[in-house]
Amino acid sequence: MSAFVDIKDVTLRYKGRSGSQDTLAVEHLNLEVNQGDFVAVVGPSGCGKSTLMKLATGLHFPSVGSVRLDGAEVDGPVSIAGMAFQNPVMLPWRTTRDNVLLPMEVVEPHRRKIRTSRATYQQMADELLASVGLGDAGDQYPWQLSGGMQQRASLCRALIHDPRLLLLDEPFAALDAFTREELWCVIRDLYYEKEFTTILVTHDLREAVFLADTVYVMSARPGQIIVSREIPFPKPRPIEITYEVEFGELTHELRSHIAQARG
Amino acid sequence: MDNDKASSIDWVRLSPWICTFGLFAIWELSVWLFGIPYYILPAPSQIGFAMYEFADGLWTNSVQTLWTTLLGFAMAIVFGLLLGLFIGWDKRIYAGLYPLMIGFNSIPKIAVVPILVLWFGAGWLPAVLTAFLISFFPIVVNVATGLATIEPEMEDVLRALGAKKLDVMVKVGIPRSLPYFFGALKVAITLAFIGSVLSETIAANSGIGHMMLTAQANFEVPLVFACLIALAVEGIGMYAIMAGLEQRMTGWAHRSGFNR
Repeated sequence: MSAFVDIKDVTLRYKGRSGSQDTLAVEHLNLEVNQGDFVAVVGPSGCGKSTLMKLATGLHFPSVGSVRLDGAEVDGPVSIAGMAFQNPVMLPWRTTRDNVLLPMEVVEPHRRKIRTSRATYQQMADELLASVGLGDAGDQYPWQLSGGMQQRASLCRALIHDPRLLLLDEPFAALDAFTREELWCVIRDLYYEKEFTTILVTHDLREAVFLADTVYVMSARPGQIIVSREIPFPKPRPIEITYEVEFGELTHELRSHIAQARG
Repeated sequence: MDNDKASSIDWVRLSPWICTFGLFAIWELSVWLFGIPYYILPAPSQIGFAMYEFADGLWTNSVQTLWTTLLGFAMAIVFGLLLGLFIGWDKRIYAGLYPLMIGFNSIPKIAVVPILVLWFGAGWLPAVLTAFLISFFPIVVNVATGLATIEPEMEDVLRALGAKKLDVMVKVGIPRSLPYFFGALKVAITLAFIGSVLSETIAANSGIGHMMLTAQANFEVPLVFACLIALAVEGIGMYAIMAGLEQRMTGWAHRSGFNR
């Protein structure tokens, strides 16, 4: 049986600006993620982690190699994926609820249904918002929310169409430490409730170890997976685990791999 | 609004009136104090008298200029919006047409008026076209900029869901460029007045610009100033309408209390 996300020997070359050389974003990249897994990808900056996300969602296509999602070759945008980024990018003219509903206005089959049954969809959005602790924020505009609240709303937007694959690109990097830990728990709880497959791209090793089943370390550009490390701690994990000795040791071990990858 | 006691004076609201009347008062005083002859700089009272004396002509010509301007401005809105959407649609179109736009905008419009007169003859049509030509540029640039600066993450979110370019534009691009658009309207309307009056002073037989030229030829300096005042009033009026429209349509873009 092939993996849910199956990236096989992928090389991606960006066309350089006229005159300059092409950039090799990733080279011979292999990554398999099974259905329902939570994996984290860490690595030095500029190692092509974001490229990985774009490959998995069909926004970029490999120059060499193949990307398969749920058994089918990715040959265009895949509507079974949801994405959240470091920048929550909410639309300031829409209420938080309408921001969350944005994907529904685009993705089939909701796109046709949302016009006639707006109320049902609004209730759906409100329930999702409530599950991340934003029960009262639906009518507020995103700029009235704090950074952490905006990021929660952005997660809701990524999950509203019940994607089977969630892609997170450093979603908590711009938040303060306490808010970040809160959101780790939000993600953890959502993950257990909805059981989507998740790929988390991050700089934060503690975040990766706390949330993921497997952590992959990517090398400097052109990016390759150089280490794959199973995280043995039983799940669901309480936040206190991040202060335990074994957790610290594992984080430290990954850190030394990153140091090598940068060198 | 004012947080002080109800009886206190709202200086912010009063301030424009105080400044305006203050300016005219100083002007009036200086003219009498320094004995400046009316054919150099007429006093506001003399201008007021000229306005009263030529009220009919001023009114007809103001209305003429106003609708010439508005017609050109309306054309600028339609054309500017379409061209802005077209340019902002794609990076390649943006790159290709932008230098042309800059080049066109650098041409002094006063040099274009004779060409327009050559093509369409003297009258209101060159005035409308000049108003149009001078005022569409800010609209195009602002709409195109609004579209071209969509956050890449936003585009990724939608594109990954299978959104077409049109979806991205309708859901994100166009609402996003509206504040730019309405901001541009405020600039464009004042430019449109400049364009129409410019053309009227060169080749027309009605309008404020024409009236000003005639008054100047007859040495009716107070009337020249009366024309200028009439233009200023029209300009302020239209600007206020555009600013009100902007506030209504894109209140979400004004989060600070400054614009309220």
